[in-house]
Amino acid sequence: MAIVERPQSARDGQRLDYQAKLTGRAAYLADMKMPGVCEGAILRSPVAHAWIRYVDASEALKVSGVVAVYTKDDVVRGTGIEPYYGPVFKDQTIVAVDKVRHVGDPVAAVAAETREAAEEAATRIVVEYEDLPPVMDVRDSVKEDATLVHETVRIPEHGFADLAELKPIENTNVCTHFKLRKGDIEQGFAECAHVFEDTFILPTTQHVALEPHGCVASFQPDGRVHLWSTTQNPFVVRTQLANIFKLPVSKIRIIVPYLGGGYGSKVYPKIEPLTVALAQKAKRPVRILLSREEVFYTVTKHAAVIRMKTGVKADGTFHAREAEVLLDTGAFAEIGPRVAKKSAYTAAGPYKFSHVKIDAKSVYTNKPPAGAFRGFGVSQSAWASESQTDIIARALGRDPCELRMQNIYDEGDEFVTGEKLWSIGVKGCLEKVAQEMKWSEPMPAPEDPSRVRGRGLAALIKATITPSISCAAIKLNEDGSVNVFTSTVEMGQGSDTAMAAIVADTLGISLDQVSVLGVDTDVVPYDLTTSSSRSTFHMGKALELASLDLCEQLRKFVSEEYDVPFDETRAEGGKVLFRENALDFREVLFNHFGMQGGTLVGRGEVKTSIKDPETGDKTTSSFWFVGAGGSEVEIDKDTGRLRVLKHATAVDVGRVITPLGCQQQLVGGAITGLGQALFEQMVFDNGVLVNPNLVDYVLPALGDMPDVITPITVEVPHKNGPFGAKGIGETSLIPVAPSIANAVDDAVGVRIKDLPVTAEKIFLGMLDK
Amino acid sequence: MKKAIAMEVNGGSRELEVEPWRTLLDVIREELGLTGAKLGCDIQVCGACTLLVDGKPVSACSVLAVDVDGRRVATVEGLADGDRLHPLQESFMKYGALQCGYCTSGFLLTAKAMLDENPHPDDDQIKSYMGGSFCRCGCYQEIMQAIRSVAQA
Repeated sequence: MAIVERPQSARDGQRLDYQAKLTGRAAYLADMKMPGVCEGAILRSPVAHAWIRYVDASEALKVSGVVAVYTKDDVVRGTGIEPYYGPVFKDQTIVAVDKVRHVGDPVAAVAAETREAAEEAATRIVVEYEDLPPVMDVRDSVKEDATLVHETVRIPEHGFADLAELKPIENTNVCTHFKLRKGDIEQGFAECAHVFEDTFILPTTQHVALEPHGCVASFQPDGRVHLWSTTQNPFVVRTQLANIFKLPVSKIRIIVPYLGGGYGSKVYPKIEPLTVALAQKAKRPVRILLSREEVFYTVTKHAAVIRMKTGVKADGTFHAREAEVLLDTGAFAEIGPRVAKKSAYTAAGPYKFSHVKIDAKSVYTNKPPAGAFRGFGVSQSAWASESQTDIIARALGRDPCELRMQNIYDEGDEFVTGEKLWSIGVKGCLEKVAQEMKWSEPMPAPEDPSRVRGRGLAALIKATITPSISCAAIKLNEDGSVNVFTSTVEMGQGSDTAMAAIVADTLGISLDQVSVLGVDTDVVPYDLTTSSSRSTFHMGKALELASLDLCEQLRKFVSEEYDVPFDETRAEGGKVLFRENALDFREVLFNHFGMQGGTLVGRGEVKTSIKDPETGDKTTSSFWFVGAGGSEVEIDKDTGRLRVLKHATAVDVGRVITPLGCQQQLVGGAITGLGQALFEQMVFDNGVLVNPNLVDYVLPALGDMPDVITPITVEVPHKNGPFGAKGIGETSLIPVAPSIANAVDDAVGVRIKDLPVTAEKIFLGMLDK
Repeated sequence: MKKAIAMEVNGGSRELEVEPWRTLLDVIREELGLTGAKLGCDIQVCGACTLLVDGKPVSACSVLAVDVDGRRVATVEGLADGDRLHPLQESFMKYGALQCGYCTSGFLLTAKAMLDENPHPDDDQIKSYMGGSFCRCGCYQEIMQAIRSVAQA
């Protein structure tokens, strides 16, 4: 398919959501009022691992204002619900039934007239626990004699197509073991001049979307349930709720307001099942707004331990890569199995290896559940792979940029899975970053002689979720303006503007003629999820197709009305052209209906497959996203204190849709990466999280910023993307941490293998030398 | 139980009866329906709940409403002059200094307080004054540009 050049309707600074967000009028979940709503509060486990002996709620019910208390008895005693759920395995329950599996695991919930009453009542619920030893480290959890987090794991009948082959290993804590193989690894190592082996570690972290999770559920007189929720994938949540509450999906309506950030923390069911259950029992609308502390117990990023072994030929050719990736999925599998799979696909990095053996395991522990986090397993494997790439370069006396260039993927190269890679501008990204970092020039000396500077690079490749579905519709109104129906959730990434721009540019009308409804599952067509950097590519394409469908219908009207062959009509610039005539869409619609009025609907759908529809080739990812990052750091030789002076990030975006959106996603992702690299970690002591607050869990602030972060867009168009565009949401985060660790090594010769990179670790490393 | 308080909010006088334990943030949001300020961390470190009291930024999540009796409160809803946006709002729009928007009200009000005190701060002064607000989408670079452009105007 030819890639269409596009006019650009979206100018810098123009975003559809800005007027509302800048004036305080944008409605987020907690801003909505609902008459008669009860406030919910959750009693959570104080211990990491224990059998529940009994739960006694009788005292809680005596608290004034309490409407209902929900406990394990409600889950098991036949209220007509399916007790077990979860996006991959059915290992979650609405509240804990037999065991608590992490500190903060919900044990009971209260609905009351006020939040104060609900919280007070929750403290009066009596629970007796019988403690079990918690498993807090994946390396302990995979041992044969490890205490089991789940005695059995239920598998759903209809799971995700790409995860069908992944099953938990019985009587272990391993809930997924994904194997990726190419060639013969032993032979590969035997053919190498050099073999390197290192272990890399990443801690558990949290997304800290500034807006905590929230949900309102309200049963209607007709038996339907309406939800307002902070979810990134309302249709998946709807399916899960339908299974739990045994309702047709048509009886569940989910409305999603603007989200105050997501970054993966709001995909798959979070507090929706509990809110619905509580509303069902209370027979009243119920609202649950999580506290900041509760958010830390709700979802996290996978900690990881990665053993990586790499064989290199004498000339620097990467030849054999073996890796064992242990991903800490916490108390529930959540989407961990797919995180493991995605992590495995890129554990060999964006480099050509002849022999590959990757074993990625998603492992249960007694930490809060880990799920999707911007970078989805790839920031973990790239931390290992890109750090080791520099270790190799240094050992061989090679320039790290040049060594990468020697081995990096190019257009048409074969991926580990055997498929060919297209639209893969990673080489261009690395070149541009090196240029921006003045890589070939000598490092300028710091002004202060007690400091020393270093530079580092990193590159990446990542897959998007495949297969997946995006359906969309647009509506042409009688005045020629257009409404857009999309389930892509605006959570800050600028998707409303990007989607409207794709419609405006395809129809040839101005952006101010296009309105985006917002997400309501009763109205907007199905979309799998707003995650995996997939929306511009998939939903954007669906909207391009919907726009073309609309144009085709308008051309048919003109063709019939004016008796002109269809092929001699064109739709362009908001008009239908034929012979010497040009009719506005508005006029075409007027002529068709014979009066001012009527609606014309354009439809579009995108379904991706694990096989290329044209060639039948294996397609692990409907597109690959690639990029590179570079960091320049300055270190105080006396204290190890580190400052990142400069970061450059290059991303192959396919084609820019909204220039501002690209800049914000590239720079914003890099800043999230900076937090992961330098500060963020959830710290546990005997199973208890010691820093579930924003004083002790440190986020990057304005004063931590480098002098400059330079976003660079590289455009290698993809044949299936709208105007050639690909996804960009996660790319720039991934190279930040390894590029900083590589810069630290360049500056002071200290190799940090466990995140975050702190002054203390650098200082101790310098002492050891 | 309830206590009568009077505040000037965005230039208009408001008289309310509130329980003594309710926070300023809660009362402004729930009683007055001004929901631009957000709850983020609940322990006055993230900046999302920032309001101006007598022109100075405060974390409204950690201030009792009764302690604001007789004082002047400014929220983001009062920043624009009718349909005309405040120069900071214009500048945030121009430079793209927000994504999800959850932190925006806090950043705008804190920046306004800073510029009211010091109309021409340098970069270090901006970083220091604005250091108590988090933007988790990572718009710090654009926020610096936006504030700098107003400070230099």
